Amino acid sequence: MTALLTAGSALAAISLRNLVHCALALALSFLGLAVIYLELHAQFAGFAQVLVYVGAVAILVLFAILLTTTPEREGGSRLASGWLAGIVSATALFVVFGGILLSSRALPAPGGTAPAVTVKQIGQELMTLYILPLQVIGLLLTAALIGAVIISMRERGAR
Amino acid sequence: MLTNPVLPYLLLSALLFTIGFAAVVIRRNAIVVLIGIELMLNAANLNFIAFWRFGPHPEAASGLMFVIFSIAVAAAEAAVGLALVISIYRHYRTANVDAANSLKG
Repeated sequence: MTALLTAGSALAAISLRNLVHCALALALSFLGLAVIYLELHAQFAGFAQVLVYVGAVAILVLFAILLTTTPEREGGSRLASGWLAGIVSATALFVVFGGILLSSRALPAPGGTAPAVTVKQIGQELMTLYILPLQVIGLLLTAALIGAVIISMRERGAR
Repeated sequence: MLTNPVLPYLLLSALLFTIGFAAVVIRRNAIVVLIGIELMLNAANLNFIAFWRFGPHPEAASGLMFVIFSIAVAAAEAAVGLALVISIYRHYRTANVDAANSLKG
């Protein structure tokens, strides 16, 4: 049920004509994925998904759409050149994925117990075992923040 | 055929990845292309969570850690990507990926 909602809104997010509707369908798809994470006992990842994707990324996409859409440029084709080959290759990709998954014998055996990883354990591991990746992520986010500001600054001498 | 409990999640992940890939190769608008990239990253995250939940060692939090770091990297990617789209839009007055075909401008 949640999977249907997620896949359906993802499909809507890439196929709708109005870009604002695309962004809203994308937020709905992210929310469905967060519910699936919660069903899989990954509480922290689910709430991080809600905070980061539904809260930040979808709003960022919405702002970018509002900044770049010019009403007079609406209309015309919304498909890139070579879209037929794109559809064919995407369908072939899904068929290959499905075939591999359905015929695979390397999947984990069913019947595992539900894991109980608490937020406390995640915090302790972040501060001990994963301290170096945490620092690197902090550096990466800082660099991305500065880079995004510099890239989107107005070009010198433009207009 | 859907006897293994991990299989529906993997199929959903494959479907999400395919939808994202289709958005990248089909649509003209650069923002929809970025939406497709986000969907593909989310499909990878779903795979991590599913294999962590049904894998042989669910008591280790490594799968969750991978997803958390992946979400952080995806947030950075979205910020830089949308900044690039806005910059391209300022330069070319369009967000059409077919129109932006020269690096030097």
